[in-house]
Amino acid sequence: MAKAIAKKKSNTIKLKFDTSWSYAPAPESKSAATINKQYNLFINGAWQQPLSKKYFDTINPATEEKLSEVAEAGAADVDKAVKAARNAYEKVWKKMPAKERAKYIFRIARLMQEKARELAIIETLDGGKPIKESRDFDVPTAANHLFYYAGWADKLAYAFPNRKTEPLGVAGQITPWNFPLLMASWKIAPALATGNTVVLKPAETTSLTTLKLAEIIQEADLPPGVVNIITGAGETGAAIVNHADVNKIAFTGSTNVGKIIQRAIAGTGKKATLELGGKAANIIFEDAPIDQAVEGVVNAIFFNQGHVCCAGSRLYVQESIAKEVIRKLRDRMQTLIVGDPMDKNTDIGAINSKEQLQIIQKYIAIGKKEGAEMYESSCRLPTKGFWCRPTIFSNVAQSNRIAQEEIFGPVLSILTFRTDDEVIEKANNSPYGLSAGVWTDKGSKIFNMTKRMRAGVVWANTFNKFDPTSPFGGYKESGYGREGGLHGLLPYLNLIN
Amino acid sequence: MAIAKSDQMIPDFTLSPHIDQVGVEERASRFTKRSIKKESKMNGLKLVLNMIDLTTLEGKDTDGKVKQLCYKAMHPHDAYTPLAGDSEGAIPSVAAICVYPSMVKVAKKALGNSGIKVASVATAFPSGQAPRDIKIRDTKYAVNEGADEVDMVISRGKFHAGEYNFVFDEIACIKEACGKARLKVILETGELGTFDKVRRASDIAMLAGADFIKTSTGKISPAATMPVTLVMLEAIRDFYYKTGKMIGMKPAGGISKSKLALHYLVMVKEVLGEDWLTNQWFRFGASSLANDVLMQILKEKTGLYQSANYFSVD
Repeated sequence: MAKAIAKKKSNTIKLKFDTSWSYAPAPESKSAATINKQYNLFINGAWQQPLSKKYFDTINPATEEKLSEVAEAGAADVDKAVKAARNAYEKVWKKMPAKERAKYIFRIARLMQEKARELAIIETLDGGKPIKESRDFDVPTAANHLFYYAGWADKLAYAFPNRKTEPLGVAGQITPWNFPLLMASWKIAPALATGNTVVLKPAETTSLTTLKLAEIIQEADLPPGVVNIITGAGETGAAIVNHADVNKIAFTGSTNVGKIIQRAIAGTGKKATLELGGKAANIIFEDAPIDQAVEGVVNAIFFNQGHVCCAGSRLYVQESIAKEVIRKLRDRMQTLIVGDPMDKNTDIGAINSKEQLQIIQKYIAIGKKEGAEMYESSCRLPTKGFWCRPTIFSNVAQSNRIAQEEIFGPVLSILTFRTDDEVIEKANNSPYGLSAGVWTDKGSKIFNMTKRMRAGVVWANTFNKFDPTSPFGGYKESGYGREGGLHGLLPYLNLIN
Repeated sequence: MAIAKSDQMIPDFTLSPHIDQVGVEERASRFTKRSIKKESKMNGLKLVLNMIDLTTLEGKDTDGKVKQLCYKAMHPHDAYTPLAGDSEGAIPSVAAICVYPSMVKVAKKALGNSGIKVASVATAFPSGQAPRDIKIRDTKYAVNEGADEVDMVISRGKFHAGEYNFVFDEIACIKEACGKARLKVILETGELGTFDKVRRASDIAMLAGADFIKTSTGKISPAATMPVTLVMLEAIRDFYYKTGKMIGMKPAGGISKSKLALHYLVMVKEVLGEDWLTNQWFRFGASSLANDVLMQILKEKTGLYQSANYFSVD
């Protein structure tokens, strides 16, 4: 910029973020939440002991301490839950006037808001995400989703003009561990609004908020069997998928499991919505507002420890600004606070499980071996629990595995490009197609890029923004079907005549 | 940045980085989510107090009023005595007194050798609508009266008309007139209209020789806001990276509560880091902030809010 001003040697110019004025611990109180010692299965409106007689532990990934134990539903339990759902569907829910259905959903949403603090605390304890995120994002967004779909329940005729709609019947729903309560809300809300009943299984490492949601559903006096919540791991999920009386599968999780589900339901007539993995391209052009783009990159990859299927994990930076962007990103990473998820100042919490930490570490090792340049923030990590520093790899090649495979952690791969055509080709060069981002100050470029990007969601000059009115879902191996918005109603309906 | 004419070293200011409004506002609001408790609150409050430019800029200012303000600057709250075993010591003084040029001598005398600076507004403050020679005389007068710092205003009309070289030259002239006094350049962001223009004006001011860039005169609403201050802090950071030269920042007007001031500190800490967390490089231009900070400090000490009647209104 200023050639008139003599330049110091660049290595002496450095900002110091380890400041003498620092933040004292500000932990949220655990006592504002109640977690039972043991949870049974929520079937037909009541808490029932599992026929399997098995329970498994759920731990706090930040401390490795046991929080509670949760029932493991076997095939017989799944059958019981599906029967309850079928019975509720035929006898109550299908017949109920739509505006009455809506009242129940509104009630669940309101109760969720009332218990927002408790839900946020449990989400953070069970999953490791920062309390700031569960408080300001997960819980409010989950409630919004219910409010939104409650509004649709008696207006389906307007959503699909001149068509008659009918619900599918029993929906089997399987949610992931990264946004447990939010995903439960994404699944339950449209299913109930369209008149289906539900058997839902949360991920085994993060069942607690979904079980808390079951308590809310009970308190809301939802007719027994309309929503059944059963817990367990992969086998329980498989039992739901393979149950003959389930009409629809809604799954959010890994692409591998998505493929297994597709094979399992082939020829059965079950409908499915699959929301699977991603390796989103986040593209910064040289005419972008750079400071805001850097903040967007942080939000794209470090939000929820990078446990986000639509995370912007491949960063494409135009070569002319690559150095500046990387320097600013490094500075910004130094100010990210990693640690106790219950502390209100924490930006990056614990990795959800030991297994996931091992996967992330495997990819970091691969990235180093592939010759990419690694940088991690210099923060201290707690001794107990599962942790990973925010990490970026620069000088990454398109052929590197860290540029192709989903890591699902706070690890960013940075690649450079020269022209629009080149970056479109590279961005689309992925088996995934869930989301993407474009950063430029030029409006026409935004439209040109978004049109050519093969991704279900494309953000412009922002990233990881969610709204119940906006459809979400993937291209290619990121799955099919849409959740959210008017589009999210269709996967739960048959359109007749 | 491109050079306008090959024989001059003045950059093309239209190429200053562009700013995304939504992004800046979102980032600024994120700083307000930091929870400042216990010792970090206490230390932060003392730091804030020590960064205040206690200001009176009124047509009705008199020697008496300025003297009273100077006493307040040196002794913000003498009724407070550190409690037994209190290692944090006494309440600090503010950074400077900010007055009109005609009041500089009075302030200088009242402050004696307390170490508290006297800042004087100049250059036909607040509108800046005067010829350059008058602005230079205004500045020189303030400096000759003893001002340690000069707070000038830019010519916003010329800036809006795209006459960036005029604005640049004017700042450079005033800087020269300042001699050893540090120059704060007021952009009057409330009149600039967009973040792009705030950034552009910041770049012009820094390149033309500003020691500080400052948001507002306090006479126009909106005055300082967190997003505007963030844009300026980021301009300072970019300038520092390009030149190695530190520039100070002074948000002024509209910051009257401790909590908001602490949020500004968070922003400085996370954008520029340790070196800027001192009144050498960061100031609050405010008149009523000091009492709220004092009230909070005493609340932290005693656990109780004191009545406003216990804090002097100057």
